Amino acid sequence: MAAATPSAYTERISCPLEESDIEERLEELLGAVLTSRRTASVPARMLSTLKRPAQDFALHWAGVIAKSNSEMAFQFVSHVSQAFDRLDTDGVTQWIIEAMDIYDRDGLYLGSAALREVETFAARLVQKRYSVTFDDIVSIMNKFVIGLSGRNLSIDEDEAAWTDTETIYLPHFVRQFESGHQNFQVYKATVGYLLAQTRYGTFRVDRTSGVPILCAEIAKFREPARALRIFGAVEELRLLARLQSELPGLARQMREFKKALSRAGTLDSDSAALEKIQRSDAEVEDSLALVRKLYEDGVDVPEPTCYQGIIDLEKVRLVTKQRVEAEREKFRADLALLAEGITGEDESNDAGMDREQFEVSMSPSADDDNPGAGDLTFTIDGKPVVPPDDVVQTANSIIQDFGEIPEDYLVAAGSRLYDADPSADDDQSERSEPRSETGISYDEWDYRRCHYRKNWCVLKELDMHPGNEQHVAAILEKYSPLVREIRKSFEALRGEDRMLRRRKNGDDIDIDAVVESYVDVVKGEELTDRLFIKSHKMERNLAVVFMVDVSGSTKGWINEAERESLVLLSEALETLGDRYAIYGFSGMTRKRCEVYRIKTFEESYDSLVKARIAGMQPQDYTRMGVVIRHLSEKLKQIDAKTRVLITISDGKPDDYDGYRGEYGIEDTRQALLEAKYAGIHPFCVTIDTHAHEYLPRMYGHVNYTVVSDIRKLPLKVSDIYRKLTT
Amino acid sequence: MHRIESEEYRITREPYYAPQGNEIELFESAYKNNIPVLLKGPTGCGKSRFMEHMAWRLQRSLVTVACHDDLTAADLVGRYLIVGGETQWVDGPLTRAVRIGGICYLDEIVEARKDTTVVIHPLADDRRVLPIEKTGELLQASAGFNLTISYNPGYQSVLKDLKQSTRQRFLALEFDYPVAELEQAVVMHESGIDAAHAAALVRFAGMTRNLKGSGLEEGASTRLLVHAAKLIVFGIAPLDACNASISQTLTDDPEILTAIREMASSLF
Repeated sequence: MAAATPSAYTERISCPLEESDIEERLEELLGAVLTSRRTASVPARMLSTLKRPAQDFALHWAGVIAKSNSEMAFQFVSHVSQAFDRLDTDGVTQWIIEAMDIYDRDGLYLGSAALREVETFAARLVQKRYSVTFDDIVSIMNKFVIGLSGRNLSIDEDEAAWTDTETIYLPHFVRQFESGHQNFQVYKATVGYLLAQTRYGTFRVDRTSGVPILCAEIAKFREPARALRIFGAVEELRLLARLQSELPGLARQMREFKKALSRAGTLDSDSAALEKIQRSDAEVEDSLALVRKLYEDGVDVPEPTCYQGIIDLEKVRLVTKQRVEAEREKFRADLALLAEGITGEDESNDAGMDREQFEVSMSPSADDDNPGAGDLTFTIDGKPVVPPDDVVQTANSIIQDFGEIPEDYLVAAGSRLYDADPSADDDQSERSEPRSETGISYDEWDYRRCHYRKNWCVLKELDMHPGNEQHVAAILEKYSPLVREIRKSFEALRGEDRMLRRRKNGDDIDIDAVVESYVDVVKGEELTDRLFIKSHKMERNLAVVFMVDVSGSTKGWINEAERESLVLLSEALETLGDRYAIYGFSGMTRKRCEVYRIKTFEESYDSLVKARIAGMQPQDYTRMGVVIRHLSEKLKQIDAKTRVLITISDGKPDDYDGYRGEYGIEDTRQALLEAKYAGIHPFCVTIDTHAHEYLPRMYGHVNYTVVSDIRKLPLKVSDIYRKLTT
Repeated sequence: MHRIESEEYRITREPYYAPQGNEIELFESAYKNNIPVLLKGPTGCGKSRFMEHMAWRLQRSLVTVACHDDLTAADLVGRYLIVGGETQWVDGPLTRAVRIGGICYLDEIVEARKDTTVVIHPLADDRRVLPIEKTGELLQASAGFNLTISYNPGYQSVLKDLKQSTRQRFLALEFDYPVAELEQAVVMHESGIDAAHAAALVRFAGMTRNLKGSGLEEGASTRLLVHAAKLIVFGIAPLDACNASISQTLTDDPEILTAIREMASSLF
């Protein structure tokens, strides 16, 4: 065979094996489980249809599996060609490994069943590999919506995609395509399409009835379901045309989806009418007119495209009705307030007696595609006024519903008639007394709604009950060598003003250097240019708050380690001269969040503070977001160049009333982001060895440290602090 | 030693500036009445360009100092240098502007050390004098001198805020990103890009500005749009240009980056 040319060789190794060759190899490998009625010929025939690399792969694995169990190997060769039909090589490998794992764990019966169920495996793998879930995209899409629309439309999860004009509902997952990227794009296109529905007036409201035109019109058909289906297809054309001019990239993506998923049925019965609804001034009425015609013609409409979602007329009608009424009242009340501001009308006057007539006119907007984007001009009795932003927002929202501001909206109502949100009555009572004895109210972030829950948590600040001060002395005694070392290393860090001499530039001349340089010049040496003094302020302008977890889970060792850490830290900080405060935190439910003063910024490290450290006792749960918000407020009031918030904790945020899992993590993250925007550096020291699963999301990848050995916590904390602040 | 003459600060060609309102008129009036001016506005919205334009329009020299957190009073006023075995006083940029009667523009004044703001106080009221401590000189500002400072009120930091005693000496002009049509015109002029691309870029900027406070500290500035437009004119694909010159400069957060990238791909 030495004479074989390279090309012949390549051909030989790429050429598929003959059925008889395969059968021979299989008989060799599987001899033990073959009988006269169960031969290798059937699997051999199936394998012969595969390409050569797949055949080699299959025979190699058959050998490997046969070493464990011949029956498994037989099942494998009987199903491997089917596996190659459905999966790529990576997928087939995963299929084998999973089945072998099952065999090792649960025995032959379940193991061979796993090999037989290759179809199920393939379907599961595709789902796992490519499906994109709501949780993956919700926060990205939330930002996408804010960016595109400038409004904080909320996004929520539902069986199908639809919108009630206030919330965009998206499906739990998308697995339309065998590509994660494509599936993500389906989500994006869906969001874009539902936004287009609200923006380009699909749900425009009829002026007289206050009901969306669409709901009224579809109800007139004998078969409303069929009419709605036709409407879906027609409206898609209109919206795509509208999107084309404003978001061409998105429109292109949608058309690609349409093409990729081409469906039966067509609309092009009347090309002139189709062209009409694709003009830039086409409105939902035009679509409905075409629907009536197509309905009569009995056309076979195409299935909706993947991004279209569904239209729930009943819900749209309800939500619109509520909003229209609320906005009408709010708008009129706002106008009344505006009028008071203009005419200087006294509050005590009866607002109902003297109502001004307003005029709101829109200056022609250059952006035809975006009704409401034009500038609104408000006039009261002929005088122009500049309305506050929220009034403009309401006005724009009304224009989105009606296409203009109806006449009867322009009569100012008595402002006292208006109740901001009648459904929020129970919150109202809290709002009215945010600083009463019951504590301070803070908002909490609900990641599912992508909104803050207003005044959701009530926080009280209490003194930590003092314990026995002697305990601190005992800790200092226990760690006395370490304390000396800490003092020494922190002393070296202490900032002070220094005059840096012999600089190339500076505020003043260094006379010593000048005199020396004269000597050099006289001696004929080179004149140095380092003749200046620079004053250098090594100021440690730093304030730090320690937020110590005293929840129930810290009971025992952890609590003791925390106390020891605080004692050593205080020693270090006193040496350093940094301003610091220490607070413990715990609580139970949103109504009872508690922060315990151990040391405030104003207090000095005295015997009371020491007694409070000694008195730290485990309490209840860990609701972190509200505490971060509270302590951030404290830090913000301190004038320091660098402000640091260090959390010492033993686990995830967790509270009795559902504040756990993603909700707790997301609220904490949001609170930390708020702190960062306020110029505070958050950092976390934790003893939870699973912390890498959630802390990066909350604090960022570099802003936390895990101390795995609880006994080392006291040693580590001051060390971490030193590194963090130098 | 080379001394910079006042003529070198002169701007001879008209810098392009598209007015957003009556700021040119206001500045001219302030200048003629010896009132110092404070420009407020986000980064990259045209404050520095406005100053160049006004210096050209008023035919004055423009001395610009970009302030940073190590900028000391001596850096502004001047210092002694050793030249040929003798000490020699060298004016700082502020002193120079006071002497030649030019416009001194202190950009991002809040970045400078707090003591620097104090040296501008006597210059910024009706005394119009600059005391030079080291030479014992009390310098009276020449007729054409004007002091202008700028700052960005959008920084959410209590440290980067102007003291009332400073801000209440100035006439304040507020700047913001121009309205869409104007911004489009600016981008087109600065980069030579076509109208359709410029409009899309301006829309993209609007989307990122919507995200301010919801993940972004600042939206895309007009300056960034001009960068992106220049890249596109140079032959870079619009999506790549937006990513490199806008999205990546705004944030490092992967989630927000994805959202911004999807906004760009919806537009181009």
